[in-house]
Amino acid sequence: MTDPMIKPELAPGVAAEPELVPPPSPMPVMQLRDVSVAFSGRPAVRNVSFDIPENEVTALIGPSGSGKTTLLRSLNRMHDLVRGAEVSGSILLGDIDVYGGSISPTLLRSRVGMVFQRPNPFPTMSIYDNVTSGLRFNGVRRKALLEEAAESALIAAALWDSVKNRMKAHASTLSGGEQQRLCIARALAVEPRVLLMDEPTSSLDPVATKRIEELLGELKDRVSIVIVTHNMQQAMRVSDTCAFLLMGEDRAGELVEYAATTKLFGEPDDPRTADYVNGRFG
Amino acid sequence: MVPDGAYRVGLATVAAVFALLLLAFVTSLVVQARPAFAHFGFGFLTGTKWDPVHGHLGALTFVVGTLETTMIAMVIAVPIGLGTALALAYALPRRLQAPLSMGVELLAAVPSVVYGLWGLLVVAPAVRTVLEPALAKLTGGHEPFGGIQEGIGLLLAGLILSIMVLPTLVAISRDVLIAVPHEQVEGAYALGATRWQVLRRVVVPHARAGLLGATTLATGRALGETIAVTMVIGNTVSFAHSLFAPTATMASVIANEFTEATEPFHLSALVAVAVILLGVAILVNVTARLLVRSVGGRQRVGLGVA
Ligand SMILES: Nc1ncnc2c1ncn2[C@@H]1O[C@H](COP(=O)(O)OP(=O)(O)OP(=O)(O)O)[C@@H](O)[C@H]1O
Ligand SMILES: [Mg+2]
Repeated sequence: MTDPMIKPELAPGVAAEPELVPPPSPMPVMQLRDVSVAFSGRPAVRNVSFDIPENEVTALIGPSGSGKTTLLRSLNRMHDLVRGAEVSGSILLGDIDVYGGSISPTLLRSRVGMVFQRPNPFPTMSIYDNVTSGLRFNGVRRKALLEEAAESALIAAALWDSVKNRMKAHASTLSGGEQQRLCIARALAVEPRVLLMDEPTSSLDPVATKRIEELLGELKDRVSIVIVTHNMQQAMRVSDTCAFLLMGEDRAGELVEYAATTKLFGEPDDPRTADYVNGRFG
Repeated sequence: MVPDGAYRVGLATVAAVFALLLLAFVTSLVVQARPAFAHFGFGFLTGTKWDPVHGHLGALTFVVGTLETTMIAMVIAVPIGLGTALALAYALPRRLQAPLSMGVELLAAVPSVVYGLWGLLVVAPAVRTVLEPALAKLTGGHEPFGGIQEGIGLLLAGLILSIMVLPTLVAISRDVLIAVPHEQVEGAYALGATRWQVLRRVVVPHARAGLLGATTLATGRALGETIAVTMVIGNTVSFAHSLFAPTATMASVIANEFTEATEPFHLSALVAVAVILLGVAILVNVTARLLVRSVGGRQRVGLGVA
């Protein structure tokens, strides 16, 4: 038997065989290893491991209470603000350990942005101040820089045209869908590597939802997106990769399957996934 | 179910009764005050001489005294009260929050005469021997920090007032701050804000209408507070040229002289002072309402002030 590690000498003039092994996939932007979250000792998410690919949309799906929000909020350390919440396991952003102490929660949150279920622009601030708030929290003071970032972020969030002439107006004068896009722009202005979105369209009407779904595809080049959604069609439409969570026996959420979206919806490995995506599930 | 019409008539009746009571109240005051106003004219408001025996009655000293004590009280109480409320709502560990909040609410229930006694017996000596010498030394003893250090006087009255309004200020401000929606706080944190930035840029602006309301309520209490101020201010009918000097307020002069007002016009003049005090209180309240409306913008936050 020949040692597979030693390539057979190729005779001169003979073309090399075409490469059969797929090229190594680029380094994931975030890696979760055995991530568990407990509230006051009660586990809500257990031993979840998967990778979040760079410049793709990753969807988290699963029934209510399966820990999607809980898992999402562990990625930018929002649980630090909740008494009794405890995160274990390891989460890497690039090669930085998110909970390792080498990165402060505030810096982490400017690298990993978040959009919430209900639009939450700051009602006391103008549209312009909302968009630039993250930069100002992070110490940016130069007017030119702020204005440039605001324009770029608003264009990216497909909001520029409708607000460019009323940047000083209060954020509360916008419609719900516009407010949510303002929140997306606000998160983008900080130039995060990852954008976490927790059911960002669940409080919006179908038209506003469609706009945001279209937006996600356009934003991929700029930021890696993790989106929690209840809506199977939405997950299918917007995501490249999909993670399916389900409660275990003690109601703690576990990862059942993680795969390319086409595979997870087309030919899932786990029968529970098949049941869920086909709607044969609570 | 009560029919709609009956409900409306009921409400209108109640509202009308209150309006009538208020009208009767103000009218009776004004009627009693009229002789003084008619006799002294505008000079009643601008005169500084208060000598019932010889019939010279001008109330300016008291008006100024009330404004000064209130101002001192608010200058001390507002920053401390806001800071305490922020700490109670957002900074302290939960173990401490509940007992401290309860302590603050208990302080609000202490009768004013008790504050007055405490101010006279405990705080006054401390002010005389520690605070006033320290302030005089710090400022070189120039006005308004000069003169005899008596303990009793303007500064002590302002100090006691500030302590008296603090519980109300803290309790309401804390409630207003806690009521700021959690999504707002999380939204700021999620953008990389520090705790201080979250409080300063999001929580306080969001709560500002309610905080202004809390401050108004406290100001109203400081304006009208009577017994404690009467006990610690010294009750001399003269302008205080120093913070350390005794003077009097509208409320304190009424309380002090009411039982012995036998000279002509004296009683009427005291009621006239009461009318002015009422006017000042209403003015403060209306101004605050307008302010709350202008800063409140589109939101409806907080108290019944908006
Ligand atoms: N702050 C908290 N304190 C205590 N328990 C919590 C907290 N947040 C979530 N949980 C619990 O964690 C479990 C998972 O909740 P989570 O909100 O993550 O579910 P979800 O999958 O996002 O559900 P939904 O689809 O309804 O949003 C639930 O049992 C919930 O009660
Ligand atoms: Mg959720």
